[in-house]
Amino acid sequence: MSDLLQVTDETFESEIMKSEMPAVVDFWAEWCGPCRMVGPIVEELAKAYKGKIKVAKMDVDKNRETPAKFGIRNIPTIILFKGGEVAQTIIGAQPKSYIEGELKKLL
Amino acid sequence: MYDVIIIGGGPAGLTAGLYNARARLNVLLLERLAPGGQVLTTDSVENYPGFPDGISGFELMDKMKAQAEKFGLTIRNEEVRRLELSKEKKIVHTNSGQLEAGAIILACGATWKKLGIEGEEQLIGKGVSFCATCDGPFYRDQEVAVIGGGDTAVEEAVFLTRFVSKVHLVHRRDQLRATKLLQERAMAEDKIEMVWDTVPVKILGQNGVEGIKLKNVKSGEVSQREVKGVFVFIGTIPNTELVKGMVELDQNGFILTGNDMETSVPGVFAAGDIRSKLFRQIATAVGEGAAASFSAEKYLEGLGN
Repeated sequence: MSDLLQVTDETFESEIMKSEMPAVVDFWAEWCGPCRMVGPIVEELAKAYKGKIKVAKMDVDKNRETPAKFGIRNIPTIILFKGGEVAQTIIGAQPKSYIEGELKKLL
Repeated sequence: MYDVIIIGGGPAGLTAGLYNARARLNVLLLERLAPGGQVLTTDSVENYPGFPDGISGFELMDKMKAQAEKFGLTIRNEEVRRLELSKEKKIVHTNSGQLEAGAIILACGATWKKLGIEGEEQLIGKGVSFCATCDGPFYRDQEVAVIGGGDTAVEEAVFLTRFVSKVHLVHRRDQLRATKLLQERAMAEDKIEMVWDTVPVKILGQNGVEGIKLKNVKSGEVSQREVKGVFVFIGTIPNTELVKGMVELDQNGFILTGNDMETSVPGVFAAGDIRSKLFRQIATAVGEGAAASFSAEKYLEGLGN
């Protein structure tokens, strides 16, 4: 899809929870229409915040443990992490300006 | 300065864009998310002519977008913040600047209506859902409730039976409003239990949905069902925040237009789900998009552009 970091149940801990930078994970799936509306926005943000915020995606169809751990029952859900803690959760397809506004609060 | 700016990238907006681009107008479509609109939440579209075996919402919208872009429509991912519509030159303020156009086509669509009952707001994302194709797979072998009796509610209830153990289809009347074919499918499905004459009064659960409290509107009897998910399909509200107080709306907030799709403001047109009408379909949206684009073109010609 792109050069965007794809995280899995196996890599989640090291890539996201132990990330030195703030991290953002877009939980999505192939079958989910609104995820496709948000996908391109997440990719743009990944480019714009490269080196400042780690932006990643997780396919909830292939990875069941992590979404369950965070109680995710709707996608798209975007979770923002700082220092291994959940800083914010964005549920549903939201416009870029809103998502970016939440991202900026991590810095 | 653009000839036409279209706001919204669902079927109505993309069709208007296709026609205006083919008319060689300088046209721009603004969409706050990626194009597609509500159709993207539909698993299989069976009532849009030309696809006898159905087509997925994704595929249909990809094709509509590709077709419009092929003929020169520019689509930008920008969020409209404010509109100035009263003068001949229309001004569109977006998150990244100011744009001008001779005519505007409003195709901003509509958003799912909420129930407005206790527990709903807190449990969105924790079991309360407005998209079965997105969230259905999270409820494998669990029981869920679907609220509503129209096409969307019944179609999504049938879709959910692929994953869940049981669907409680809760409807406030004693018969469904959905089209007959969808009703037949629901009735034939063992996993769907109809809960007639009933409205939800409270969604139960702290960190996730655990149940739903219901009230029979005829007997007044209150009951409770244990479900892990509540899917709400009770209609839509129009995305008209941008034009409130500027164009005439009906009592439900949808935009009033004439047969030519022109609103109460000259040079401002509306098409698709945002319009005041009785039937909201992809087929009606594309027809209105085409009509609005034609009216906008004629309007600009009248101005001598």
